Amino acid sequence: MAHDHNVNPNAPLEYQSEAGRLNITGFWTFLGAEIALFSTLFASYFALQSRVGDGPTSIEMFEAGLVMIMTMLLLTSSFTCGLAIHEMRANNVKGVIGWMIITLILGAGFIGYELYEFVHYVHEGVTLGTSAHWSMFFILLGTHGLHVSIGIGWIILLLIQLARRGLTPKTASKVFISSLYWHFLDVVWIFIFTCVYLMGMVN
Amino acid sequence: MDLKWNEFIITGDPLILGAQISILLGGIAVVAALTYFKKWSWLWKEWLTSVDHKKLGIMYILSALLMLFRGGIDGLMIRTQLAKPGMEFLDPQHYNEVFSTHGVIMILFMAMPFLIGLINYIVPLQIGARDVAFPYLNNLSFWTFFVGMALFNISFIIGGSPDAGWTGYTPLATNEFSPGPGQNYYLLAIQIAGIGTLMTGINFFVTILKMRTKGMTLMKMSMFTWTSLITMLIIIFAFPVLTVALAMQTFDRLFGSVLFTLQGDGNPMLWVNLFWVWGHPEVYIVILPAFGIFSEIISTFARKQLFAYKAMVVSIVTISVLSFLVWVHHFFTMGNSAEANSFFSITTMAISIPTGVKIFNWLFTMYRGRITFTTPMLWSLAFIPNFVIGGVTGVMLAMAAADYQYHNTYFLVSHFHYVLISGTVFACFAGLIYWYPKMFGHKLNEKIGKWAFWIFVIGFNVCFFPQYFLGLDGMPRRISTYLPEDGWTGLNMISTIGAFMMGLAFLIFVYNIYYSWRYSPREKTGDAWGLGRNLEWATTSSIPPHYNFAVLPEVTGLDPYWDMKEKGLDQQKNTDYKPIHMPSNSSTPAIMSALMGMAAFGLVFQWYWVGIVGAVGIFITMIVRSFDYNDGYYVSVEEIKETEAKANK
Ligand code: HEM
Ligand SMILES: [Cu+2]
Repeated sequence: MAHDHNVNPNAPLEYQSEAGRLNITGFWTFLGAEIALFSTLFASYFALQSRVGDGPTSIEMFEAGLVMIMTMLLLTSSFTCGLAIHEMRANNVKGVIGWMIITLILGAGFIGYELYEFVHYVHEGVTLGTSAHWSMFFILLGTHGLHVSIGIGWIILLLIQLARRGLTPKTASKVFISSLYWHFLDVVWIFIFTCVYLMGMVN
Repeated sequence: MDLKWNEFIITGDPLILGAQISILLGGIAVVAALTYFKKWSWLWKEWLTSVDHKKLGIMYILSALLMLFRGGIDGLMIRTQLAKPGMEFLDPQHYNEVFSTHGVIMILFMAMPFLIGLINYIVPLQIGARDVAFPYLNNLSFWTFFVGMALFNISFIIGGSPDAGWTGYTPLATNEFSPGPGQNYYLLAIQIAGIGTLMTGINFFVTILKMRTKGMTLMKMSMFTWTSLITMLIIIFAFPVLTVALAMQTFDRLFGSVLFTLQGDGNPMLWVNLFWVWGHPEVYIVILPAFGIFSEIISTFARKQLFAYKAMVVSIVTISVLSFLVWVHHFFTMGNSAEANSFFSITTMAISIPTGVKIFNWLFTMYRGRITFTTPMLWSLAFIPNFVIGGVTGVMLAMAAADYQYHNTYFLVSHFHYVLISGTVFACFAGLIYWYPKMFGHKLNEKIGKWAFWIFVIGFNVCFFPQYFLGLDGMPRRISTYLPEDGWTGLNMISTIGAFMMGLAFLIFVYNIYYSWRYSPREKTGDAWGLGRNLEWATTSSIPPHYNFAVLPEVTGLDPYWDMKEKGLDQQKNTDYKPIHMPSNSSTPAIMSALMGMAAFGLVFQWYWVGIVGAVGIFITMIVRSFDYNDGYYVSVEEIKETEAKANK
């Protein structure tokens, strides 16, 4: 049943096979769980926000410029990821691969800056053990950063498969799912940007 | 962590030594038997790598029975220690370890997998599907659960068990007060198993939503399928909370963060909140499928459609929403404001309304029914009054002011055993006996089954009813001994006797499995009880073939199989066979999970290189999986014809 190849040629490629449709529904459900996961992290962050102990507060550490660059990188990558899916609808493998590579480069840039930021804090003496506030900061941002890194690795694998097999209902549904994931991480970042950085720099 | 050899393997306790020796001998016996009968490749190919939901279901149930045994031994050890004042059977440290592992094992490694096993076996059949939405993931879920379970269970022989309660409250569970590997085992083992549970949640949620056979709208699904669907939804939203909470405590213990500690401005109450934000929905995860099982059995053996099906559906949906809004009732006494306590007091009491609705629905289903008193029906009948006692005492606990008296006494212990045993455990037994012919092609012996039933139910009440009074008399939970002057001796002794009665009943139950395997007549049809109402009974043979249905059934109303029988339609007469597509087995989930176990084991002892090697291994298996384009295979029409002709011959 699930794996019947009852193909629907009128739908977009990624929705054509039953397996593709199920995978997409399954992934949306997984994103529901991811929302619960990040909500818990945000709730914990808020609960511990004022618990800085002897350590510095956010306002003493954050640098607006760095965060703006990171945000621009990730937002742009979400846009280029959308362009890749657009090319997929036009059945242009080269376009998909090209835009995805740009997406990944932007994502890698984001991770680079994030690592730089973490290392910088550690040099300033702010670490996981400085205070509950900073523990939670590193865990929340680290979880997001880990997600982005895994996304980069995953999409590289998919690009190899695309190059080898071209666009089929199966490769298309995989690429489409990875794009949902990428956009989702972008949305999470917007919340981090607002709740952690902006609010942290105002208080 | 620098451990000396004799600290690594636990030594010096005769009880643990006995367990070590019996595990060693048991292990050798199993390996020898498999080698002697040349069953290794059969085991690997037919079972361990199988993606068949039915086989996975059976493996879940077997593991759960094993855990019921282990958790039961823990329980009996607790009761032995408490039988009389001043007992020296377990020292206080060992006592702490035993009640901690007892709780974790019973809830996470017994109740959940037992129910998930039944869901695995039955739900795809009830919705008329040939498998689940993600068969590969299903195998992976099983293995992550299994590895988590194994990791948790080895703690008592290697390194030492967790001893901070099944709730793992901070600051007790932080490095300062719980040094050593025990609590790390708790965090990592539950983490791995929890990820498996989340995957099960997603898998069955999509399966039930997307893979129902023709004509089965949501409001035509069986009640067990409905409760499973809602359970999966709760899992999807509750388990990520646990994942995060466990990860946070792991960071505190292994990587020096200060989230829940007393230093660094940490907040131990945050753990308590997060734990119960998951923990209360968790108790509904283990009770809703039980409600489903009782609904099936009661309507089958009363030969009536379930009374007020729609009210039933509405009440489980209501329960699922409310279950996320009551968590503070677990710590009314821990410094909340009066407003917060009142709010959570009211939401908690509100939960008893939909629960009460269901009780009346079951009663009205039986009203004027022609009841057959089979063992599964007896378990279901016993459930109703016993669960009501658990529910009523729950409402008593829900009154925040009164809870200052009851909290952390044996009154609470008795409450949750009344709901968990007469709800979940009775349902597991009832469901297993009810669907046993579907799984193994023969029934369990009714006479032996009734002995087990009566001894268990009486033993259960003898064990736990006195505990309400012990609690009201002020006996706190989690104490390893008491004084004769406390005046708790008599009731404790009675309670211990009841516990051993339940142990005896369990042994009889297991003996029944053996006895029935030898002597029970084999079933000739798919409808073993002759009263089946839902599609799981509509298969040609008593044990469904791996593709379940040769031709997918069509559904027009509730209780579709009953309907077909009434209309004289024979699902099996339809021989319009088409090739059936089925998924292939896979060995990566077992390997991936084993690597997770290895990585986690390394982290338990803070051997980070083992963790890193394991993590790299996990990524490699994921890459292998990503490049795997195996799309399954087709069962040919000839093969279907052959299988169907052979059915029940
Ligand atoms: C009528 C519905 C119920 C109500 C009103 C209710 C109420 C409560 C309250 C207020 C507590 C906390 C008491 C305290 O700590 O002092 C509690 C504890 C507990 N309940 Fe219930 N409950 C209900 C049903 C259930 C069900 C169906 C289950 C499981 C199947 C369950 C399992 C538990 C467990 C495991 C605990 C204690 C855990 C611990 O502290 O270790 N309850 N219940
Ligand atoms: Cu609760």
